[in-house]
Amino acid sequence: MSVGSAVLSGPPGFGPDVEAEIVLSRDTFSIRYDMDRETGVISRRGHALEGRSLAGTIVYFPAVQGGVAAGWAFLALVGRGVAPAGVIFGRTNPVMIQGLVLAGIPTMHRVAPDPFTVLETGDRVLMRPRAGRVELVARRGTCAGIG
Amino acid sequence: MRLTDREERLRAGERGEAARLALEQQIAVGDFFGAERFVPVTNVHMMGDMEVMGDAGFAFIERLVNLGARFVVPVTTNARCVDFERAAAVRQDPALVARERVLVERLRALGAMPVDTCINYQTVYQPQRGEHLAWGDTGTVIWANSVAGARTNYEAGPAAVGAGLTGVTPAYGYHLDAQRAGTLRFEVRCRLEDYADWGALGGVVGRRTLDYWKVPVLTGVGGTPTGDELKHFGAALASYGSCAMFHMVGVTPEARDEAEAFRGRTPEAAHVIDDAALAAFYRTYPEDRDEIDLVVFTAPQLSVLEIRRIVALLDGRRVHGNTGLLVTTNFANREMAARLGYVKAIEDAGGQVLGGTCWYIMEPAKMAAAFGWRNVLTNSAKVANIIGGYRLHPILRRTEVCVEAAVTGRLPAAARLR
Repeated sequence: MSVGSAVLSGPPGFGPDVEAEIVLSRDTFSIRYDMDRETGVISRRGHALEGRSLAGTIVYFPAVQGGVAAGWAFLALVGRGVAPAGVIFGRTNPVMIQGLVLAGIPTMHRVAPDPFTVLETGDRVLMRPRAGRVELVARRGTCAGIG
Repeated sequence: MRLTDREERLRAGERGEAARLALEQQIAVGDFFGAERFVPVTNVHMMGDMEVMGDAGFAFIERLVNLGARFVVPVTTNARCVDFERAAAVRQDPALVARERVLVERLRALGAMPVDTCINYQTVYQPQRGEHLAWGDTGTVIWANSVAGARTNYEAGPAAVGAGLTGVTPAYGYHLDAQRAGTLRFEVRCRLEDYADWGALGGVVGRRTLDYWKVPVLTGVGGTPTGDELKHFGAALASYGSCAMFHMVGVTPEARDEAEAFRGRTPEAAHVIDDAALAAFYRTYPEDRDEIDLVVFTAPQLSVLEIRRIVALLDGRRVHGNTGLLVTTNFANREMAARLGYVKAIEDAGGQVLGGTCWYIMEPAKMAAAFGWRNVLTNSAKVANIIGGYRLHPILRRTEVCVEAAVTGRLPAAARLR
């Protein structure tokens, strides 16, 4: 996969373009059940991202679980400076999107192919929600972007 | 999205900046999910408490108040994180309690009705079939869609506030016929003898569904489930599966038979749920030791009938000195239970009946630390699902086991799984 090409695509999402390190989760996401909302760290025992902060990253979850808590929680994370820079879902639900829209955090869903087949955690990506694209900027461990 | 003249005028700011902002956010969400239009809503139920909102959410509400915003349809509130009259007894942070008081004032200023209940459908408002709503709290949504035949998506706090300000919501998801067709078939062959069993059934179906956009169809449910049984089932299904609707053939209004439930489609998958499947679900909540620190009946708030059953099972006995007993309900039911002598019976036994709140949003990790609780026994599958994320140890058992453990301080031998 060459740097700069679209590695993921999906229907148009919400928010402005954003570039950051991507974090891939094989587990689903619920903000109430899985995250410490004070710190933005995944706190649920046994979660694929347990102990990991999502602050400043573009995070991918294959699906979501539960609750309406997500509606306010992203705004709270922004207020505490620990929000993700972008959130990409396989399948999502309305409350996640309502919360992300309120918080102004870029988001996309129904991306293809499976991100695990083309990216790994730590890769630097450019997420372009309006275009429905996610592009690779630099592989994990390399310091240069596409310039 | 296509906007009506009224919506265009809202967007132009005719009804003020708050309604304009709300509509813009609703359009962003509607566009994301491919909505083509808005639908008017008759009733809004919002989640708004300090635990879920945080300071940023509070500031958002303050901003709306300062903009002079007013709701244009009835807006009721979900269970909140504080019972103002009993906050000290359960050692809640006084700063949180004070902040919550101010928040309730602000919500009143917007025109909200702070009824503070997650069982609005049992005590406040029973929507009609086909009625469009903007409800928050997943348990209320799944009830509205499935049991009442009304129409709503999960509307989180800010989305519900938005619908309250504009009187409309984007028409996608469960507002549309196509989304309400069954997708998965579950044949129920297990015995269902307690609220916990119904919650466990919801958990089993939820874990196999795990998708907001899928609609499980249950067949083989014998007899007529009670409202409280459907309440536990729906709340658990929403909690474990992120589901907003189910059909129960022969029980729920859009499922007189299987053909109607699936609307002519072929199920994507079929599962059988027998006693072994239910037992396997309970086994995912083993005790870590026999002593029980807290027994909690909550999530959803209890009906008067559920409270009555706890009183009957206590049968005049006292709760063990090393074990806490908490019951949560709404103001209306607490008042009724008080008049009926149930509150006194539970308090005399050493338990507490909290009003207007639900335990899992009362900062349970902090409360548990203050009381030294770790092991939490409940008949609510929803609570069992949630508090694992708070690093408490949830144990799900039937109601009578929970009451027995509250009295003896230990899990009865027959209910141990280790």
